[in-house]
Formats: sequence, structure tokens, C-alpha cells
Amino acid sequence: MSVDLSVDLAGVRFPTPVLVASGCFGTGAEAAELVDVSTLGGIVTRTITPLPEKGAPTPRLAETPSGMLSAVGLQNPGVEAFLGEDLPRLASFGVPIVVSVGGRTLDEFLAVASACARAPGVVALEAYLPSPDDERSGRSFSSRPDVAADVVASVARVSGLPVFAKLPGVGSELVETASACARAGAHGITLIDGVPGMSVDAERLASALGPVVGGLTGPAIRPIALRAVFEVTRALPGVPVMGVGGVRTGTDAVELLLAGAGAVQIGTAMLVDPSTPASVVDGIAGYLESKGLRSAADIQGRLRSSAAVPRS
Amino acid sequence: MKRVRAEILSTRRLGTFRTLTIVAPEIAELANPGQFVTIAMPEGREFFLRRHFPIHQASRRGGWAGTLEFAFEPAGLGTEWLSAAEAHEFLDVIGPLGKGFDYPRSLTNCLLVAEGRGAPGIYFLAQELRAQGKRVDLLVGAETQERIFKPIEAKRLSQTLSVRTEDGTMGERGTVLDAIAEVAEQSGSEVVYAAGPRTMLRDVAAFCAERNLPAQIAVDERMACGIGLCFTCVVPVARRDGSRYDNLRACWEGPVFNPGRVLWDRWGQGAPTMTPTPPEGFPAVRTWPG
Repeated sequence: MSVDLSVDLAGVRFPTPVLVASGCFGTGAEAAELVDVSTLGGIVTRTITPLPEKGAPTPRLAETPSGMLSAVGLQNPGVEAFLGEDLPRLASFGVPIVVSVGGRTLDEFLAVASACARAPGVVALEAYLPSPDDERSGRSFSSRPDVAADVVASVARVSGLPVFAKLPGVGSELVETASACARAGAHGITLIDGVPGMSVDAERLASALGPVVGGLTGPAIRPIALRAVFEVTRALPGVPVMGVGGVRTGTDAVELLLAGAGAVQIGTAMLVDPSTPASVVDGIAGYLESKGLRSAADIQGRLRSSAAVPRS
Repeated sequence: MKRVRAEILSTRRLGTFRTLTIVAPEIAELANPGQFVTIAMPEGREFFLRRHFPIHQASRRGGWAGTLEFAFEPAGLGTEWLSAAEAHEFLDVIGPLGKGFDYPRSLTNCLLVAEGRGAPGIYFLAQELRAQGKRVDLLVGAETQERIFKPIEAKRLSQTLSVRTEDGTMGERGTVLDAIAEVAEQSGSEVVYAAGPRTMLRDVAAFCAERNLPAQIAVDERMACGIGLCFTCVVPVARRDGSRYDNLRACWEGPVFNPGRVLWDRWGQGAPTMTPTPPEGFPAVRTWPG
């Protein structure tokens, strides 16, 4: 029996439920020969801002137990160079492209979103809401449901594209923010962003990272991603969620799908093994076959007795 | 770049260094000095990012054809695991990665400076420059004798070899910086190559700028992917015309850079540089290698 791996996230179709997460595919020129693009459900680009961004000071990387702590600071060439150079290369792979849209003000989000409106190959946008809002002294857009909703609504309006709101996986306002984004017109939610973390180099009496705080990714955060996906999909049935955080294997992906995700994204594992999407897709297919199921959608949110779990 | 499952042919322990010779003809065929390989870590451990190592030797002919050698000093979970690897085990290897050294066309006298774990990659360069008929003078330094990599091979690869150790256990007491002016003058150096810790590279850069010597350095940066995907290993490098700078990836645009264009004060400083920088005050470097 062959299984149907394509997924439909409320009208946006991906050939497999396995996408590359934002910031893990370079400019599209680098890893193509190490990746079997035919297994990709799509590629989420690095986060694009209106103008070129130098990014964070180095060091930008520290390895922590089962985790990667990093702070790239949205280094990117700006939307014009992105559309001229990166995007045609990415689109040439023939897989759906989701552009991660960033900015330090609402206007910056809108500048990128409107520039991407009719870009070939782009099926959706992902609004990177955990980034700091300059107009609110650097607190993130995602830290207030109304601000996050405002960005999502505006990005959706100027682009005319489906918008996934990328949110952090921790914080008491998680469900509230996700809900506000959905009400404002978010097509779906992407969970989770790297978890804020820190590493100290005792020998140098210094933070291990130039920007001091970074985002923790990799297997260490997978339980956090699972919980966030579970909470949000339970509270907002019918709102598609992309699950991202520490996925390395088909089993990891299946767990996220069972928790409620409609698709998963591969982040840090891409950096370690660029063939990860292929093995994750195989793993999902194998699981479906072993359970006698025909499509990836059949396991979405199918955790048993999930209703018995107390609301946090 | 190629990704291969490579058998370990042999391992050696040389002072503080371990060397691994692996069977990787696809990579050896393409490898140039300055380039590196990444090695995957084992499954199911808390350390999981690939480790990267400069290529020390790539054999394309003779009895060792198709083999590749790299060296490292165990200093952490990944390298300690790798130092326990034995012959006939297999490694997941990606390489050759990065942009290697350029060779001078007309100039012939090359001074190669290496400190600590910069040496294995520099010796590969020495061999290739010799094969091109260049004069190679080697200046190698470390804290102590144990950390001087393959001194006999260094001697064989060079017209002159100068060794400096901080504790005086091999060669003369001191650092490569104490010796660089003297060695450069005695050997009539026209081009300088260097690899080693950042502080040493910065001093070599200053020396070369002062003497107007063309130079190339190989940086040794923390990398997550090594294949250009993640932008964690960047180095601030001025554009050729000095109009502005770019944060270039050590793994993709590097690890070899022109030290005259590296913005040493900006590199690795804690000060946030989140805003686009005004186009002024960067070095314009027009000398080879551009």
C-alpha cells in the first residue's frame, strides 16, 4: 500500500509534510548537492528584512547538551537582493517556498511582505514575530497578542499570501497570541522559535555568544515544541500548525504530527545532516504503513486521551 | 563538496596531536590547501554538531592514493570521541569545504607561519607550493614541544624551518611573532601565509601591512554546519574598494582571507553591530590576492 505524504494546510499544499526551517538552507546555493529536494515539502527561507542586515557580532555559536545555542541576528542581503539572487535559485528546486519575513518595525514587515507579493515560487509567508520591536524598546512583536495580530493582519493584507505566524514556544501568552494571530487572519502558526538561552565561557569570564543571549535549538527543545504545538492546536482546532524544534527522525516528526502539527520543519538537523528530510519522510511513510494508514493527515492530532490533560 | 562514508586507514598520536588517515578518494581528488572536512558525531550523544578540521594531506598518486589526512588536538567532547576512533571504523565525512589558498604567480619566496593547530593545514600548503617551484620557509610556534606538529616533516617541506616555543623546549624560546621579522628578512620573503589563533593572525596581519607584504590567512572559527547554511562562522571583511564590509562565512567565502581586509577591531567584539554600517573607514586593499 502506498501512502499519500502530501499535506494541505488549509489550502496551502506541500508535497510532503517535511519543510526546511528558516535559517537552515543558506542562500540556496550551498547544499543543493547534499539534499534530495524531491523529498522536501518546502523551504522556509532565512528571515528577510527590507535592507541588508549585518547580523549579530561573533561568536554566534555554542554547542550545549543536545542543543545548539546560536545568534545570527537575521543576517541577510535585504529583500531586493533576496528576490534577485536567492529566490530564483530556491524556486528552481521546484518545491514550495515560504519566505520568512522580518523587521524591526511594522513598516519593515510590510516592505518585505509587499515586495514578495507576486514573487514566483512563493506559496506563503512566515512572519518572524519573536524579533524585537524598535517601537516598543526592543520587546518582541510576539510578546503582545494585539501587536502580533497587527503585524499578521497587515502582512496578509499587503501580500495577499497565506501567512504563518512564527511564535516562541514559551511564555504564558502563547495560546492567546496564537489565537489573536489566527483571528487577525493568520493562515497558520509556526511553533516554535529557538528558546532564549545563554552559555558562559568561564575561562574568559564572558558570555559564549557575542550578543550574550541566543536561541536554543536542536533535540534539547523538542519537548518544548511538542507541548506548544499540542496546546495551540487543542485551543485552536482548524488552524494549521507547522511544528519545528529538534526534529531529526521520522519518529520525532510523527510525534509532532500526533500532537497536532500539520507539517514539520527541520532546522538544526539540516546543519548536521543535510539528508535529514529524506530520512524523516521515509520514517513518516514507514510509520503510516505500519499503522495501516493512508495519509499523513490521518495522524494529525490523533493523540489518545488528550482531552484528559489538564489545561495549564 | 562530497559526502562520503570513509574508512579510517590509520590513526597516530603525535605529541598532543592525533592524526587520522581516511580513505576518501572523492574528497582527496578535489582537496586544496586551506580547505577542510567536517566529521559527523555519533548518534545518541549530547554533542552532535559536526566537527571541522583543516586537510593536512590529500594523496592523489602513489601507494597512498585516495587517502586524506587531518589532525587535531583533543579539546572537548567531539574531539575526545574522535581521538578514540580506530582503524577500520567508518566516519561520515563532508569535504573538501571552503575556499583554499591562492598561489602567487610571479613571486617565489613564501613564508608560511603556523601556530598550534594551524600547522597541519599549513604543511599541506608548503607541499603544494614546493611542487609549484616556490621557495618555502616555515616558521612554526607553540607553547611547548608537544604541540609542535610533525617537526621532521616541517623540515623536509621547507628551505628553512624556524621553531619557537614559549617554554623553550624546542627551537628558540619565544613566539612566531618574535621571529617573523628576522625570518622574513633572511629568507627574502615576498608572500606570507599564516594559520593559527586569532591573536597571532592579527599580529601577522599587522606585520605584513607594515612591510607591504601580500598575505593570506586561514581562520579557525566555530562553525555549526561548515557548508554555508547557518551563518554562524562569519568574519567581517572589507570590500576590495573599502566602500563597506560584509560578514563573510569562514566556511564558504573563507576560511582563507586577505588579512589586510579583515576588520580586526570589529571581529568578535561584544559591541552590537545590528545597524547597517556607514560606508567609511574601511581599508581598501588592492594588492594581491585581492
